[in-house]
Amino acid sequence: MSETFADLVACEDVLMFVNAAITSTGQREFHGDRAEQRLSLGFLHEYMLENYREVYAAALALDVNDHNAAIIVRNLLVRAGDVGVERRRKEGRLIARRLQGMPRQRVYRVFRELRRLGVNNRRTRAIIRDWMAGRRDPAFDLVKYRGAVKDVARHAHLRFDREQHDFLFAPRAVKAFQTPIFEQWRRAHYEQAAIYELPYTVAEGFAAKHGIPREVFLERIEHRMTRLERLRMQGAGVRADLGEMPLTRLASYVLSLPLDERAARRAELSRALRTAARRVAGPARGSWGRVAAVLDDSYSSLGSGEKRRRPLAVALAVHYLLEALAKEYTPLWTSGRTDELLLYPSGPTPLGLRIIDALDTAPERLLIVSDGWDNAPPGLAADVLRVWRTRLDPGHRRAPGHRTLIVHLNPVYDADGFEVRRLAPAVPTAGVRDAENLATLVELARFAEGRVGLAKLRAHLDDRVARFLGAPA
Amino acid sequence: MTFDLDGLETGPAQVWGSVRLVPLIRDEPVPNLRLHRKVYAEPVSVVDVGDAYYVSFVPHAFVAAWDDGDQLPGASYGTRLVERESGQAPPRIPVRVVRRMARKADRNRLRFLPLHLAVEGYLALHFGGPEIAWEEWARRAVARGLSPRCEEAYTGLQVRGLEDALRVFEIHPGQCGVLVYVADSLASAFAVPHPDDYRALHPTLVEDLFGELIYMYGLLGAPAGDLSGRIDGTGIRSLADLRAAAELQREEWASFHDAVMAGQLFDQDGTRQVVQHLHGFELARFLPSFAPRAENHIGETITDGDGRVAYLKSFRLSDTQVRRGYLLRRLAEHDWRLSATAAALGTDEGSLALRLERAGFGYLLRQDVLDHYRARRRAT
Repeated sequence: MSETFADLVACEDVLMFVNAAITSTGQREFHGDRAEQRLSLGFLHEYMLENYREVYAAALALDVNDHNAAIIVRNLLVRAGDVGVERRRKEGRLIARRLQGMPRQRVYRVFRELRRLGVNNRRTRAIIRDWMAGRRDPAFDLVKYRGAVKDVARHAHLRFDREQHDFLFAPRAVKAFQTPIFEQWRRAHYEQAAIYELPYTVAEGFAAKHGIPREVFLERIEHRMTRLERLRMQGAGVRADLGEMPLTRLASYVLSLPLDERAARRAELSRALRTAARRVAGPARGSWGRVAAVLDDSYSSLGSGEKRRRPLAVALAVHYLLEALAKEYTPLWTSGRTDELLLYPSGPTPLGLRIIDALDTAPERLLIVSDGWDNAPPGLAADVLRVWRTRLDPGHRRAPGHRTLIVHLNPVYDADGFEVRRLAPAVPTAGVRDAENLATLVELARFAEGRVGLAKLRAHLDDRVARFLGAPA
Repeated sequence: MTFDLDGLETGPAQVWGSVRLVPLIRDEPVPNLRLHRKVYAEPVSVVDVGDAYYVSFVPHAFVAAWDDGDQLPGASYGTRLVERESGQAPPRIPVRVVRRMARKADRNRLRFLPLHLAVEGYLALHFGGPEIAWEEWARRAVARGLSPRCEEAYTGLQVRGLEDALRVFEIHPGQCGVLVYVADSLASAFAVPHPDDYRALHPTLVEDLFGELIYMYGLLGAPAGDLSGRIDGTGIRSLADLRAAAELQREEWASFHDAVMAGQLFDQDGTRQVVQHLHGFELARFLPSFAPRAENHIGETITDGDGRVAYLKSFRLSDTQVRRGYLLRRLAEHDWRLSATAAALGTDEGSLALRLERAGFGYLLRQDVLDHYRARRRAT
C-alpha cells in the first residue's frame, strides 16, 4: 500500500460528502431541525468546492438527491471562473447531463436562483439555452411553468418564435393562438370545457377561478394527471396503477394509509410492492444468496413533519428489494413484528440483539437499515459488530473473501456529525435515500471500510462519470 | 422508608445532550387504578389550606380513577380533557379556588395536582414556628410562624434540553415510568399504573416542576457521561456467548442504576405521611431526612394494598432548600431553643443565628438579637 495519510483523509472526505448529498434534503429530521441541516450541508458544499472541486462535480454522476444536485450545479456556475477552460467544459457536460434527468420544476428553480445571484456568464447562458432547446414539448413547458420560463428567458436572453413570445409577454393582445395548448390556455380564462386540456396544476387554478366542484374537476382532469399526481390523489377517487410506481414512493404511500385499509387491501398492496421490487432488481434477481436484514421500525423512523415516515419507507422498500434479490431471506424488524404491511414507528431500537439474531442465521450478506441511533441498550450494536469481526466471523479467519458482508445503510443525515451516523468503525456505512440505489450503494460502501484506497475510489468515480455521460437521457 | 420500586424493571437509558431518561417497565399493570390528565384553561389557582391561601401556577392536574375489581382492568381510555363545571369565566385575571390539594372529582375519581402534595408537605414543615416563645424569636415568628413561605420552582420547559429529550425518547413497550437525570443527577422520578397512562402522560413531564439545581444543571449543559459498559471479547467463542454477554451487560446496568444512580431517592431516614385513602390505595407524600450535601427528594406516591408503587412523582430539592429544611428540623428537635440547637450542631449561638439569616430565616429572629450577633462577628 502506497497510501499516504492525506490520501486516507481525502477518501474519508469524499465519502462523507457523498453520504450527506445522498441523504440530506435540508429538511427537518427526527433528531435535528431544518436550520441545523442547512447550515451543516452548506458547510460541506463549501468545503468540497474549495478542496476537491473535481470530485465535487463528479458527485453529479452519483445518486445524490436532486436538492444537493441543484446546489452543486449552482455552486459550480457561480464559481466558474476559478478553473481553466478544459475543466469548465467537462463540468458543463456533467451539469447538462444531470439537468436532463432532474424534474423540470427543480431545474427552473436552479435557473431562477442563478438569476437572483446575478450569475450570467456565457457558460450559464449556454447551459440554459441548451437545456431549453432539449425540451421535447416546449409549448407545454411554457404553459405549465409560465412564470419561471418568463424569468429565465429574460435572464438568459432566450429567443422564442413570434407566438411563444406573445404567449409569454403579451398574451392579452392575441386574438387566437395557432398552437393548440396556448389556445386552450387562452380560452380557459372564460370557458370551463377548455381547462381539461391543460396540465393538472394549471387547470387547478382555473377550476378554482371558475368555481368548479372538486369531484367534478378531478373526474374530468384525471386523464391529464401524471403518475405521481395520481398516486397523491388516490384518496380522492382517482385511479392509479400501483404497478408502475417507483418502489420507495410506493412504500411511502402504503405507510400513509391507515392500518385497517392496509389490511383490507393487503393483496393489492403487496403485489404492487413485489412488482416494483422485481423491476428494480432486474437481472440480479435471486443472485444475492443467503441474506439477512435488520430493519429499524423504532419510533425515530417516524422522520419529521417534512419527511413523514421516510426512514421507515426506505426500510420497507429495502425489505421488498432484498426479498427479490436474495435466494433465502430473513427480515428482522427491531420491534419484533413480522407483518411488514402493518408497520408503524414505535418503541425503542434494540439493534444489538437483532443483529445477534440475524447472525444466528449464518447469512452471506447482512444489511442493516437504521438511522444509527442504537439505544436499547446504547452501543450494544457497535460492540456486537466489533466482537463478531474480531472474534467470531468464521469466514474471515479462513479467507478474507469468504466472510459475511455487513453493510449499514442510513437514511438520515446527522447535521452535528456532518455525516450519516455510523454504528461501528469496522462496518461500512452508506447513506441511502431511495431503495432503488441499493446495489450501487453497497458497492460504494466498500470504500468506507478503509480497505480500498483513494486511487481506486477515483477510478470508480471516473467510471461512474463515463457511464453517466455516455448513457442516453 | 416503606416502599421501593418492586415490580418496576429498569430499562436501558436514552441520552440526549445533558438529559438522561431511564425507563421503568412493568410486566403487568397495577390493576384497578388508572390515571388521567386534566388540563385547566386558567393559569393561576388558589388553594385554601385552612387559615391561609396558597397561590400557585398549576398547568395540569391528574385524575385518578379506580374500579372495585369487578371489572376487567387494563382497558385504555387515554387522556381525558374534562370540561370545567362552571360557565364563562369573568373578564379579569382568572383565579380558581380549590379547597384542598386532593379532592374527589367524582364518586370513583380523585383529582390531585402533581407534586403539590409533596411541595405543600415541604413548605408546611414546622409551619407553626416556635412552640415556646424563647426570647430570641421575633414577635412575628411566635404569632404567625413561618407563614408565608414561598419556594421557587421551574417548569420542565425551562430546563434546557428536556423538551427535546422527551420528544426523541423512544417509549418502551410496557413502560410505566421514567427517571429523569440532568447532568447525571436525578431530577425526578415518575411512575404510573398502566403503560397507556404513561403514554398519555409522557408529554406532561415538560410541564412539571423542577428545582433550581436541575434548572442550573440544564443551563450548564454538560453532556451526560457514557455509562455503557463494553463487552469484553476475550471469553467469547460463539454467538451464544455473545448473546449471554449482552444479557449480562443489561442486567449489570439495571443493578448499577438502581443501586448507585437512583440510590438516593429512597431515604432510609425520611418520613412518609398518608394524605388520603382511595379504595385500598393510599395517596401519601414523603420527605427526606434533609441530610446536608446529599441528594434530597420530596415526592408523593400511591401504593396499593401490598405496598407496590402505583404512582410516584418526586422533586429534587436544591442545596439551599435542603439547608432550610435541615435547620428547621434541627430547631424543632430542640424545641426551637437556639443554644441547644447550636450545641447539637457543634457551634455557638451567634454562628447559628447568622446561618439562619443566610438561609432566609432572618425575619424570624428579633432584630436587636441579630444585630448583636452581627456586631460581634465584625469585632472578631
